[in-house]
Amino acid sequence: MPDLGPVLLSLHLAAVTTVILLVIGVPMAYWLATTKARLKPVVEAVTALPLVLPPTVIGFYLLILMNPSAPLGAAWVSLTGGTLSFSFSGLVFASAIYSLPFMVQPLQSAFEAVGRGPMEAAATLRASRLDAIWNVLLPQSARGILTACVLTFAHTIGEFGVVLMVGGNIPERTRVISIAIYEHVESVEYAEAHILSAGLLVFSFVTLVGVYALNRSYRLRVS
Amino acid sequence: MSRLLWIRRAGMAFALPLALIAGCGQAHQGDVMVAVAINFLDTAKVLEAEFEAETGLEVTLSSGSTGQLYSQIENGAPFDIFLAADTDRPRRLVDAGNGVEGTQFTYATGRLILWMPASQTTDFDGANELRDGSYRALALANPALAPYGAAAEETLISLGLGDVLSDRIVYGQNIGQAYALVASGNAEMGFVAASQLVKGAADGKGGVWSVPGDLHAPIRQDVVLMQRAAGNEAALQFIAFLRSDRALSIMRDYGYEEG
Repeated sequence: MPDLGPVLLSLHLAAVTTVILLVIGVPMAYWLATTKARLKPVVEAVTALPLVLPPTVIGFYLLILMNPSAPLGAAWVSLTGGTLSFSFSGLVFASAIYSLPFMVQPLQSAFEAVGRGPMEAAATLRASRLDAIWNVLLPQSARGILTACVLTFAHTIGEFGVVLMVGGNIPERTRVISIAIYEHVESVEYAEAHILSAGLLVFSFVTLVGVYALNRSYRLRVS
Repeated sequence: MSRLLWIRRAGMAFALPLALIAGCGQAHQGDVMVAVAINFLDTAKVLEAEFEAETGLEVTLSSGSTGQLYSQIENGAPFDIFLAADTDRPRRLVDAGNGVEGTQFTYATGRLILWMPASQTTDFDGANELRDGSYRALALANPALAPYGAAAEETLISLGLGDVLSDRIVYGQNIGQAYALVASGNAEMGFVAASQLVKGAADGKGGVWSVPGDLHAPIRQDVVLMQRAAGNEAALQFIAFLRSDRALSIMRDYGYEEG
C-alpha cells in the first residue's frame, strides 16, 4: 500500500488552487464576457497560454521568478522566512497560473450564455451592477461555475511537469500524486505506481463523466 | 445591496484563500531534510529507519539525479544535507557559500554494473557483450546530470565503443530511469548502480558484469552540510551516523565500498 501523503497533499493543493482561482476567475471571466475593449483578445490569449505552452516553459520562468535572489522570491523569504520555490505555497502559486484557463474559460462561456438580457432586466428594476451579478448572473451560471471548479480541481490534481520543476520531490510538502508515481516508476515499484495511477485514472474519468452529464448541451472550450 | 457591504464581502473572499496559503506554510517538517542521489535512495531509506529508531529524530528524503538536486538547491530548495553521487557538485556548493566548509567527505564509493536480465550466459562478460552488439538498446543515465551516467560513458570510451554504440544508447534522466528502462525490458542491457540490484531477489537475475575500476574514474559520492543547517544538531548527528560501523555495514550490503 503506498503512502497516502501524496494523495492528501494533491487534494489540499487542488482545493486551495480552486478557491483562489474562483476568486480571481469570476471577475476576470465577467470582464472577458462583457468587455468590448481592444485588449480582450490579448487577455484571452494570456489566459489560454498554459494550454499550449509546455509545462517546462512555465516551470522554468516560475523557477526564475521564485528564486530567493529574485524580487518575488526574496520578498517571500523576508515575509515568511521560507523559500517560495520547493514549498507548498510555491506549488499553489504555480498551479494557479497553470490551471487558470480551466477556470476562466468555462466561466466566460457560462456568463456569455446568460447574455445581457437578464442583467438589463435587473438594471431596469434598479438593481446595481454588483447586485445583478450576485443575484442574477451568478445563480444563472451555477452549472458553469461548478464545471469550472471541477475542471480546475481535477486538472490541478493531475499536474506534473510544473510541479516537478518548481516543487521538486519533497515528502509532505511538494510530493503530489504524479511525483510519487514518477518516483515509484524510477524505483521500479510498479505495484505502488499502479495503485496511484489507476486511482488517478478512475478519478479523472468519473470527474469528466460528471462534468459532461452536468452539461449535456454545453461545449467545453478547453478540450 | 450597498456598495460598502459588497466591498466587505469581496474582502472576505480574498482573505479566505490568503489564510489558506498562509496556513500551508506551517506544514509539518522533519528534523532533517536530506536530498539524496537516486542511486543511494534504497540504502538511504534503510539508514533513515536505523537512524530514526536510534535517535527518535525524523529524517525526510527527497530524491533525484545529482544534477537535478544541485539545481534545486541553487534555486532555494530547503535541504539540510546533500548526499550526492559525485564530489564535484558538493564542492561547487561549498565554493558558492551554500555548503558549509569542511563538512564535505566521501561517504561511499559506488560500483557501476552492466546488467542484461535476459542473458543466459553463466560467465557474462560485459565488454564482449557490448562489442558483440546483439541488442537494440543500451540504457545509461544522462552523463550531464548523473555521475553513474558519466562513468558509463567513460567506460564505453575506454572500450573504444563510444561512437560505435551511440545510435543504440537510450538515456534516462538519472540512474533510476536507466534501471527502470532495463528492468521493464525496454532496453535489453544497461549500466546501473550495484546498489540497485540488491533490492529484490529477482532483480539481479541474468548477466551482471561489475565494470572494472580502471575503465572509469571512481564514483566517489560526497556528502555536504548545507549552510541553512549549520546549527542543526539533528543534521550533524545524521552526518556523524554516516560514518558509524552500522551505517558502513548497511552501505556494504547495498554494494558500496567505503569512502
